[in-house]
Amino acid sequence: MGRYVVRRLLQMIPVFIGSTFLVFSMMFALPGDPVRALFGEQTIDPTQIARIKHDLGLDKPFLAQYWDYLTGIFQGDFGTQIASQRPVADVISEAFPTTVRLALFAFVFLVVVGITLGVIGGLRPNTLTDRTLLVLALLLISAPSFVLGYLFQYFFAFVLNWTEPNVQDATDYGQLLLPAIVLSALSLAYVTRLTRTSVAENLRADYVRTAIAKGLPRRRVIGVHLVRNSMIPVVTFLGIEIGTLMGGAIVTEGIFNVRGVGYEIFEALSRREGSTVVGIVTLIVVVYLAASLLVDLLYAVLDPRIRYA
Amino acid sequence: MRGAKSAKWVAIAGVVALTATACGGSDSDGDKSAGKPKGYVSIDVGEPQKPLIPSDTNETLGSYVIQALFTGLAEFDADSKLVMTGAESVKPSSDNKTWTIKLKPGWTFHNGEKVTAQSYVDAWNWYANVDNKQQNAFWFQDIAGYEDVHPAKEGAKPTKDKMSGLKVVDENTFTVSLTNGVPYWDYKLGYYTFAPLPKAFYKDPKAFGQKPIGNGPYKFQKWQHKKLIQVAAYDGYKGPNKAKNKGIQFKNYTTVEAAYQDLLSGNLDMIRQVGPKDLPKLKSDLGDRAIEQPYAAVQSIVPAFYSKTFKDIDPKVLQGLSMAIDRKTITAKTLHNSRVPAEGFAPQNVQGGQKLDTDVFTYNPKKAKSLIKQGGGVPGNKLWIQFNADGGHKEWVTAVCESIRNATGVECVPDAKPDFQTDLDARDNRQVKSFYRGGWVADYPLNINFMHDLYGSTAEANNGQFKDKEVDELFKKGDHSKTLEGSIKAYQEAEKVLVEKMPAIPLWYYAINGGHGKNVDNVQIDYRGDFILTDVTVK
Repeated sequence: MGRYVVRRLLQMIPVFIGSTFLVFSMMFALPGDPVRALFGEQTIDPTQIARIKHDLGLDKPFLAQYWDYLTGIFQGDFGTQIASQRPVADVISEAFPTTVRLALFAFVFLVVVGITLGVIGGLRPNTLTDRTLLVLALLLISAPSFVLGYLFQYFFAFVLNWTEPNVQDATDYGQLLLPAIVLSALSLAYVTRLTRTSVAENLRADYVRTAIAKGLPRRRVIGVHLVRNSMIPVVTFLGIEIGTLMGGAIVTEGIFNVRGVGYEIFEALSRREGSTVVGIVTLIVVVYLAASLLVDLLYAVLDPRIRYA
Repeated sequence: MRGAKSAKWVAIAGVVALTATACGGSDSDGDKSAGKPKGYVSIDVGEPQKPLIPSDTNETLGSYVIQALFTGLAEFDADSKLVMTGAESVKPSSDNKTWTIKLKPGWTFHNGEKVTAQSYVDAWNWYANVDNKQQNAFWFQDIAGYEDVHPAKEGAKPTKDKMSGLKVVDENTFTVSLTNGVPYWDYKLGYYTFAPLPKAFYKDPKAFGQKPIGNGPYKFQKWQHKKLIQVAAYDGYKGPNKAKNKGIQFKNYTTVEAAYQDLLSGNLDMIRQVGPKDLPKLKSDLGDRAIEQPYAAVQSIVPAFYSKTFKDIDPKVLQGLSMAIDRKTITAKTLHNSRVPAEGFAPQNVQGGQKLDTDVFTYNPKKAKSLIKQGGGVPGNKLWIQFNADGGHKEWVTAVCESIRNATGVECVPDAKPDFQTDLDARDNRQVKSFYRGGWVADYPLNINFMHDLYGSTAEANNGQFKDKEVDELFKKGDHSKTLEGSIKAYQEAEKVLVEKMPAIPLWYYAINGGHGKNVDNVQIDYRGDFILTDVTVK
């Protein structure tokens, strides 16, 4: 198992290089010149533009630029932003903690509430409880996050006055509660449905019948035998979801004024800040890779039949 | 215990991977930005694009902060009149070529250093130098010797580090010689880029850009990137626009909608612009705290005179197209009164803004049709309006096209470019198919700024490549006039000629749709649509 983990970690290196290359070349191919755009509609000064480009190495050919970027990254240098002239590493390290906090909060909420609701529904398939949960899940799936976001904002902040409409301080988990719930709402429905189906199916499995026949207490049958074995599809889904929660939170971040990675990447993209986009995307790729490794390893924990050499 | 053993490996792998990404979720930045000190006012001004150096900032957000921190020689008041701030007087010679600038004595930077003539001269030389890559360097191009520090040729090194036109006379006096006499040069001084710099700047410009020391009504306190910039009123400030509040917080919002929610809930004092979603209810939400006011900026559609559609076009066709646009209905319905229909090339609220005796900007489908016919029609009976899709322009471009199509039968197609960069690219590379969307915000409140820099045949912002001898002559006459009044008059004449030549079709002037909260008072807007923050008082 140790060798397996090491091998997987080593495999991340080519993926890392490949993904930076892809994103870098895509940014390079985009039309629009970030240095020219700094001047907007006002008078432009070609001498100046050439000078700025030269100093940032933007006048070099594509491969040379990529090589500069890659060698920089291995020395911990993510590049410099064109407009703000700040190191990209600083920009990322400001945005990432906020996003990680929000994503983890949403994730915990997702796991706890989603699986609980799923198990409740799965244990009593086709009863009124199950149907109610189905309707709730369908509602969450079909409501886009901006609808839910504005609705929550209006209801909780302006009608009930329970909270501030926007996040004032991103280190305060109380304020992150609302955006975290909105962020996880869509996935919550999926997790509930997945768990419910899996549990309902495994309820009829041989090993569950055996466990009951052995006279094990109901709590142990459900907690250890049934739920643990039903988690495999859910864990697969959750593994991918953690990346989505981090990278795809832009709508929710916008509504609740959270300065996270989603917003950062959108802004960088519209300003053609190539190195910022590549840096953030690369980090998200690494998060995805790490999550998928964790998921693969969790399979072995959940299902004793799976082994890694 | 297989399960337990595997679980151990899961944990180890997780730790390794997470350390590799270095995203442990540290709370080290300690961003407790929620609190606002008493007596401070807040406004939704987001992260400046560039470091806080007066000559490197050319966008609205940064300029708010720069104007709070720095004060130059002069500024404009609410009526677009020039008011001396740092200068006692700015006086031209009779040929407008040499300007003598006397400073008000006793001014200091926020670190206690005296503001002298040398602080200005050194700063201007630094700003203009091509080696320093300052975005507003071109503002200094009227000064004699600019070519030496900022050669026009690409890649050329500056031959000197001082402009010959700048001479210090004594501690509080310096003279500026210009290459050509410009009668309205003092109006350019109202732009914040002419601010002085303290000696500390030259030691480390980069660090200064993050923590500037100015001479303005406010001194710098802190900059939490992408969250907040906070400045405090400077007690030693001697200018006429001394702060009437204790300080300002410039707060960054991800969306205008989020900012508006904060305004409603009392976490924000002023909002500069409300999003389309909240525009219809702005008045009912805020009552007389809503601010709706036009300012000196114009939106036009500009013909590319090199394009197939408009090459050697008869201006009558353009006049006809202008009359085919129902500005009144579009500003009211599509733009929710956030714009004011244009009646000329320069807005009315700048000096020299005039009421033109023409019906070219009035909707008249019948006359539009006949004018286009007289002018020989639009080639191919089809035209395009290029715009950037990321700026909220789609709605009105579609409406304008609809209006042209219905009134004249000319097929009009919106030509969307995905974003502003791509849009600019197409303009620079002469790829505009017929019209492009042009926007212009005044640099100084004179009608000259709306013509000279846009339609002069050598003007850099003349992307449509309009070229006309008569117009160039008139502009020249204005630039060589002895007095400012003469200049403005000459340009007023030029504007009348422009109506006959149609270098662009002005559509409407911008208006601000913002507001303020219950906690502040005396909120006013200047000619550029900027909030006059020094005058805002806390209730």
